[in-house]
Amino acid sequence: MHVHHGQESQPGFLTQPQLNDHLLHRLHDLQTRFRHIPQPSIAELAEELQLPITQVEAVIDFYAFFHRQPRGQTDILFSNCTSCGDLALMQQLCDRLQVEPEQTRADGRISIGQASCIGMCDHGPSALVNGIPLTSITAELIEQMAALIESDTPVASWPENWFRVGNHIRKEGLLLSESFEPGSALKSMRGRNRDQLLEAITASGLKGRGGAGFSTGMKWQFCRDAESTTRYVVCNADEGEPGTFKDRILLNSHADEVFEGMTICGHIIGATQGYLYLRGEYRYLLDALNTTLQRRRDAGLLGANILGEGIDFDIAIVVGAGAYICGEESALIESMEQKPGIPRIRPPFPVTCGFRNQPTVVNNVETLAAAANIILRGHEWFETRGTWQSRGSKLLSVSGDCARPGIYEVAFGVTIEDILHDCGATDVQAVQVGGPSGSLVGPDKFSHCIAFEDIATGGSFMIFNHTRDLLDIIGKFTRFFAHESCGFCTPCRVGTTLLNNGMQKICSGHGTAHDVDELARTAALVSRRSHCGLGITAANPIRDGLKHFPQLFEARLLHQEMEPEFNLDASLAEARKLTRRDDAEAHL
Amino acid sequence: MSKVRVATTSLAGCFGCHMSFLDMDERIVGLLEHVEFSRSPINDIKHCEPCDIGLVEGALCNADNVHVLREFRENCKILIAVGACAINGGVPAMRNHFSLQECLEEAFLDEIGVDNPHIPNDVEIPLLLSKVHPLHEVVKVDYYLPGCPPPADAFVKILTDLLEGREPALPKNMLHYD
Repeated sequence: MHVHHGQESQPGFLTQPQLNDHLLHRLHDLQTRFRHIPQPSIAELAEELQLPITQVEAVIDFYAFFHRQPRGQTDILFSNCTSCGDLALMQQLCDRLQVEPEQTRADGRISIGQASCIGMCDHGPSALVNGIPLTSITAELIEQMAALIESDTPVASWPENWFRVGNHIRKEGLLLSESFEPGSALKSMRGRNRDQLLEAITASGLKGRGGAGFSTGMKWQFCRDAESTTRYVVCNADEGEPGTFKDRILLNSHADEVFEGMTICGHIIGATQGYLYLRGEYRYLLDALNTTLQRRRDAGLLGANILGEGIDFDIAIVVGAGAYICGEESALIESMEQKPGIPRIRPPFPVTCGFRNQPTVVNNVETLAAAANIILRGHEWFETRGTWQSRGSKLLSVSGDCARPGIYEVAFGVTIEDILHDCGATDVQAVQVGGPSGSLVGPDKFSHCIAFEDIATGGSFMIFNHTRDLLDIIGKFTRFFAHESCGFCTPCRVGTTLLNNGMQKICSGHGTAHDVDELARTAALVSRRSHCGLGITAANPIRDGLKHFPQLFEARLLHQEMEPEFNLDASLAEARKLTRRDDAEAHL
Repeated sequence: MSKVRVATTSLAGCFGCHMSFLDMDERIVGLLEHVEFSRSPINDIKHCEPCDIGLVEGALCNADNVHVLREFRENCKILIAVGACAINGGVPAMRNHFSLQECLEEAFLDEIGVDNPHIPNDVEIPLLLSKVHPLHEVVKVDYYLPGCPPPADAFVKILTDLLEGREPALPKNMLHYD
């Protein structure tokens, strides 16, 4: 089927939907084959897919994984996340191979660059090698990688164990401790009508696990009640928040539950087509996920007339290409529609006007897995954990300075202290709960709870001990948002860069009290005026830092009224060289 | 009561903001009852004395601009960045897309019809900064008067507010960036 070819007829049913012709997938094929998107192929592709050339070009330029200039035969992207990144290792490899970051070596063999968090935070320093995660990188491993690259060894022949990605489930709770028979939740729907099934979800009090915490039952009901003959279910697996990797584990080991949750949602709201939007960094999971989908089709759990109950539903996978913003549901829908991931103006919300302007449910991976289990086990089962306002459990992705990073499934209401104890974290300076867009929490708040009514989180839990330079971490988070801003609205596009400049100035010891005031003012403006959640939360690390750790900023400041944003004398160096002058007037 | 002393200057600008300032026409007569001018292109006074208000048009493109701006900051109690160039770099900052070498080679070496091609290096000529910068990147700016140029009414409004001891605030119709 072709996503772009307008409305498909409903519901004369399609099985095994193939999205080979999706623009993102075609561009990925070109990028893989030619190491870049060759200029002549752009018009050809636009013609073939019946898309405007400008749209194809815009998509190429928007997504980090597509390039206009050739990347190396081996293209390595080091994560710059505070938990799964170590740019010193990147520099080591660059030095060893004599290549500048983001530039392809003259022989075309290697290019090295950075990527935002690649979701390997439980594995230490990691990188994507031709799109495949390589984990637990050490200085020694870098030397071995360099040797393989210099000897022109294809990545396929590199040691397999370098690419091993473990699950690291440290604590199983309500969801993970149950074994799940594929199809069991679907079979349990027998004898219940759609209203009763929706009621089970609503009664459970399930709230969205992406972090915003909207009632899942209400979302499904709004979508079901929206005026239309076509509806869609979308699973948001664009897990891009730095420090989050729970969806990776769910998709790796609990994909049946996720797909079953989507199928149940489709049945309840009256959708026959579902999509899983998988972040490009998790492409290595794609084959296994497609195998699971096929197995489910073969078992009658997907496709036409599921379990002989007259339910038609199938699922296709769209793979992203390196854009954090696509985790925002309306940007994700734009991306599914083969466009740059620029968030839409809301309302209308996706539940009434989503994919192809049809009512669409977009749910987090974890939400859908929980929904399948609620249908199977009843809402009473779900309510045995958590607080009244935050029922059930939450998968936390714990990373950073602790003895046992990994997945901890906790009951809502657990305190930060308890989690720190469980994962063996000592000497903790701060915890970033919910990733850079969440909250930076100091020891005075460690008695607080993980819950929608206290500290909400999409699952990221990054721990920093006292050896860390917290100001530098706030600077890194701020740079992350400046990099990931989609550029659509001015407060975010310009504001995140101003915030980044301000933070880098203060971090490098050139800031004054005046700069801190400006930073606070800009932070408030960016939060208040931005178009979508990215901009609204982009200043959170700075605002939390100023609120809870003001002494860190103060200690780094110069005690003078003003310090220029740049080195004035250095700014004249180029002119001195061009004019061969070095007199007194040639300096500032 | 002594008059409020005002200084004005144009750095890397086009004097358009000054022209717009003079566009207040006869209202300048009333203004002069309360205001006297120190350094300004209007009266050709070359250096700034201690002042109450400094109005600076234009961006920073060379070393001399930096010296003048510093003189203003040191002497003016209130410094106002006037116009698009002073606030954002404006038209002069369009050269920031190129290296300084490219700019100078284009102007003094490669351009058609250049006589005696060489990059000027007389010590009297201020050296260019590698990039053009807005004022607030080098000194503390107290107020911003946006526009290219700001309308004459906006000059009158911001000065009247300051003269009458109010926090300057421009109504929406005077607050524009084009």
